[in-house]
Amino acid sequence: MLTPYARGIETTRELDMTSLPLARRRRGRQVLRNTAIGWSFLLPNFAGFVVLTLVPVALLFYYAFTSWNVFGGAEWTGLENVRQMLHDASFRTALRNTLYYTVFHIPLTLVAALALALLLNQRLRGVAFFRTVAFFPYITSIVALAQVWNMLFSPGYGPINAFLRGVGVANPPGWTTSADWSMPSVIIVGTWREMGYYMLLFLAGLQTIPAQLYEAAKVDGANSWQRFRAVTLPGLRPTTFFVVVMLTIGSFKVFDVILVMTNGGPGQSTLVLSQYIYQKGFVENQFGYASTISIALFLICFVVTVVQFLINRRGSDS
Amino acid sequence: MTLLEAPVLDRRLSLDPPPRRSRRPIRFLGYAALIVAAAAILLPFYWMLMSSLKANNDVYTIPVQWLPDPVVWRNYLDIWQKSDMTTWLVNTLILSVAVTFLQVLTGSFAAYGFAKIRFPGRNVLFLAYLGTLAVPWQSYMIPQFILFSKLHLSDTRWSIIALQAFGAFGVFLMKQYYESIPDELLDAARIDGMSEYGIYRRIMLPLSVPALASLSLLTLVTTWNDYMGPLIYLRSRDLWTIQIGLKTFVNTYNAEYALIMTGSVLSVLPIAVIFLLGQRYFVEGIASTGLKG
Repeated sequence: MLTPYARGIETTRELDMTSLPLARRRRGRQVLRNTAIGWSFLLPNFAGFVVLTLVPVALLFYYAFTSWNVFGGAEWTGLENVRQMLHDASFRTALRNTLYYTVFHIPLTLVAALALALLLNQRLRGVAFFRTVAFFPYITSIVALAQVWNMLFSPGYGPINAFLRGVGVANPPGWTTSADWSMPSVIIVGTWREMGYYMLLFLAGLQTIPAQLYEAAKVDGANSWQRFRAVTLPGLRPTTFFVVVMLTIGSFKVFDVILVMTNGGPGQSTLVLSQYIYQKGFVENQFGYASTISIALFLICFVVTVVQFLINRRGSDS
Repeated sequence: MTLLEAPVLDRRLSLDPPPRRSRRPIRFLGYAALIVAAAAILLPFYWMLMSSLKANNDVYTIPVQWLPDPVVWRNYLDIWQKSDMTTWLVNTLILSVAVTFLQVLTGSFAAYGFAKIRFPGRNVLFLAYLGTLAVPWQSYMIPQFILFSKLHLSDTRWSIIALQAFGAFGVFLMKQYYESIPDELLDAARIDGMSEYGIYRRIMLPLSVPALASLSLLTLVTTWNDYMGPLIYLRSRDLWTIQIGLKTFVNTYNAEYALIMTGSVLSVLPIAVIFLLGQRYFVEGIASTGLKG
């Protein structure tokens, strides 16, 4: 394919071109020119991107194998940090809690977002209003939301437990003050906050499914559940894949909602990987060891995403 | 760009059976579900607003008091005295505007290079850009902090600007939009002798106002709401943003429930106004980044 530029000018020149080498040289010059112009457009953003993102990612892989802490510089210690990490009970707790969050947050958000999107795809009055409402938590600051939810969850006098007692639950949970219920509380808030965002992605996906497919299925006598299984779900496949990938990365790196709601507690009941990195790095100044945990987080996200891409490709081949 | 308006429109063919009548129970269920879901989503906001207007002792009552009685407007005066709300809001505004301006400028500029100029290595480079969207920031915040400290950026406004302004997200969003603008239009300008920079400024920018609006609003809100960046980088009190300020306020006055809610309302209010005015651009911006995945 030629560039738009080449299509506009170069091809008309080529018509009266008699010698081929000359034409090739001109083409070469054209490519060079386009490359220079192209890069000049990228440069402002790219320079910032390299310095502020790529260099830190590269440094990460160096710091992770050093004993850098508040007492000295970066001294190469090889796999010492990795060994420490594998024997670190707090790291294992953080990993387990992150998985706990992930395993519940992904399906809950996925189902809630899809259900909302299907509901909003109906011909009902007020869907535009509802779309606004559902998206609002996503763009509200987590600090304010955490305060409200902590008050709603308040075990003694909070409205949620008042409601639960009202419907006959004798001993409602302690929510963020209880080691068993703190993680479910955080999952509820995480799901409540993000479902509107993924709902929008699903709504956009639903728009790409041709109406004729539904008509055809109806003519064939499919009921609404069969139409959902045979038309909607396959049609939403690319969207669902994208949503699952985003949700997975989002769950593994979950941070701010936990930091402001429970600060990892009570005890270590909601300590997650990101927060452990923060604690080791910025609170205890163990930059080397914190970088090793960062690599663990990085690799988990990387491997899971690659596996999801492979599964998706195999699925779409068959 | 009316992507999400479509479900509201009636797309029935004239051959279709008249829908409504036979499906009345289902429609009723639909409305019931809509109302329940809307209530569940809005309840925390309602509680926030109502508590911000209550006397402190009335916030937690059994049974729950759904309307403030008496209405305590004083909270909205007291908060300015008890906290540095003005400083926080001004700081956050400065950062949000600066970041948004830079992100939109560099993002749309780079997107033009990716979308409309063909050169070797372009697609590989774009994939690398996209790939970093999937790398969690939490995994490189430590080396980034060390780097920023060595560049003497930490504890200055520049740290937050550098952190947020050069993201790949803006490039991605703008590129999606630019690709919907036909090349023929640009070719015509090229034949007339306009340079690529001229085309970007005089043709692409005016044509992409909706996408620019989406990107501006999304960036503005993200920067306004950012808690982690300011937490790590801004140590001096006079640089604090509203999120850091609010969190500190909560820790200091942890029993002043009504005032905490007042502060929360004030921190959310500007975002709510921006969102209600420009919600169409939020929705379209999000939808366009999701479509191609």
